[in-house]
Amino acid sequence: MIEFQHVSFAYERGRSVIEDLSFSIADGEAVGLIGANGAGKSTVMKLLLGLVSGEGTILVDGVPVNRQNLSQIRRKLGFVLQNSDNQMFMPTVYEDMIFAPLNYGLSREATEARVDAVLEQLGLQELKHRHNHKISGGEKRMAAIATILAMEPEAVLMDEPTSALDPYNRRLVINTIRGLKQTKLITSHDLDMILDTCDRVILLSAGRIAADGPADQILRDRELLEAHRMELPFCLAGRRLE
Amino acid sequence: MNKMEKALRELSEMDELAAHASPVHGLCPTAKLLTAIAYILTVVSFNKYDLSGLSVMLLYPVLLFQVSGIPVRTCFYKLRIVLPLVMAVGLFNPIFDRAPMLTLGTVVVSGGVVSMLSLMLKGLLCLMVSFLLMATTPIDALCAALRRLHVPGMLVTLLLLTYRYVGVMTEELAVMTDAYHLRAPGQKGIHISAWGSFLGQLLLRSMDRAQELYSSMLLRGYHEHFHYVDFKPFTFSDGLYTVGCTAAFLLLRFVNVAQALGGLIVR
Ligand SMILES: Nc1ncnc2c1ncn2[C@@H]1O[C@H](COP(=O)(O)OP(=O)(O)OP(=O)(O)O)[C@@H](O)[C@H]1O
Ligand SMILES: [Mg+2]
Repeated sequence: MIEFQHVSFAYERGRSVIEDLSFSIADGEAVGLIGANGAGKSTVMKLLLGLVSGEGTILVDGVPVNRQNLSQIRRKLGFVLQNSDNQMFMPTVYEDMIFAPLNYGLSREATEARVDAVLEQLGLQELKHRHNHKISGGEKRMAAIATILAMEPEAVLMDEPTSALDPYNRRLVINTIRGLKQTKLITSHDLDMILDTCDRVILLSAGRIAADGPADQILRDRELLEAHRMELPFCLAGRRLE
Repeated sequence: MNKMEKALRELSEMDELAAHASPVHGLCPTAKLLTAIAYILTVVSFNKYDLSGLSVMLLYPVLLFQVSGIPVRTCFYKLRIVLPLVMAVGLFNPIFDRAPMLTLGTVVVSGGVVSMLSLMLKGLLCLMVSFLLMATTPIDALCAALRRLHVPGMLVTLLLLTYRYVGVMTEELAVMTDAYHLRAPGQKGIHISAWGSFLGQLLLRSMDRAQELYSSMLLRGYHEHFHYVDFKPFTFSDGLYTVGCTAAFLLLRFVNVAQALGGLIVR
């Protein structure tokens, strides 16, 4: 469904952030994108969404990501931003949730139904009419996920979905992600979460792919992870808190 | 809570006032907008010496305050900055226009004083009614109403986004001032040596955030036009309200009710 072919990108001339990146993600696959801070994970997302454009070709369902196809492509992709403050721009959670469906021409009734279904799925009914600037960081993250699910995208892209969440909400997000049938691309430093939600992992290092393979193979490879400024997931490390 | 957060809170309070329920809140935004425009036009069109006619126009905002349950105090508190400016407009009239107008007992009141008072009243009335419109209508609904009146989409979206981005900028400013004061304890305000970088940072940060916000809108299918949540359709009673109010304004404008009533009593 998603295909990167020799993609390179630099924010500033001469400092390339993504270098000759190629990979593809099949329909329904759940892929974790991991790597140290500044490895280029968020940039990969931005490239895919056409928020920035570089060299090379990016295909979504065979359609190249370019100016003409943007709206067609973006409709298929739901993106949860790394910073939820920047994602929610309407006064209330509810208004934010109906924003996308209405833009895509869904009727009021259908939108309403969708919003309620998503809120119930995430157990967030209580947040519906709350003001966006008056909810906590974690609640805002949950609400941001809800706004994206209300879009019913074909693929879900999440940038650090579990940062700032308490254990209960983190588990809730993990279960929600597992329950999604869509294609998933998730970046995170929370490798336990990646292990729980993804079948496949792409390890990014300085804008290049350092490893690409089954999640429980890569996430078990202590040497590989440590070479790229990461550690084994807690559940695999066999460490115990004394 | 620092000053910025207070400002931000005030802004959001308007949203909250607008989310209350009352017969006024329940009206269609288009009806409220049209009525407010009719009111302001009527008020502005009064002769500058017609203080008694004008004073009757006070009836409408007073009624609105009553029915909507918005405290008058809140209104004056929010308008505390603009109100004096608007009121200052006629301040020089008494100096230029000294022709005697009327006598109250032994005091001779000049035309300038009367026109000053009526200008002040006009300013006050228009501000109050605009405030009441804002306080009983969510900004989105108001924008939807503007769209329905065929105001160009670009302008309306601009209005809406300005309203949102002001919030974003104040938020950034709040975070930055907090961060500053945490590392500069006991300092009042921000030292002048930091102003340059502070402003520069503020601009960059708000631009970054605005950019991200905008992408987030684009990613969710936004193109040129907002799909406003049309809270309420324009019903028969909304029409009745608009026409009724406008007719009442015109009546008050062309028939001096205060004088007529006074005449009844005197005769
Ligand atoms: N707007 C920008 N302008 C210039 N350089 C940028 C910009 N955004 C990111 N970069 C640089 O690009 C590189 C990759 O950034 P990116 O945000 O993709 O990293 P990331 O893998 O998502 O990191 P993190 O784990 O911290 O979120 C970083 O070195 C960063 O400094
Ligand atoms: Mg990132």
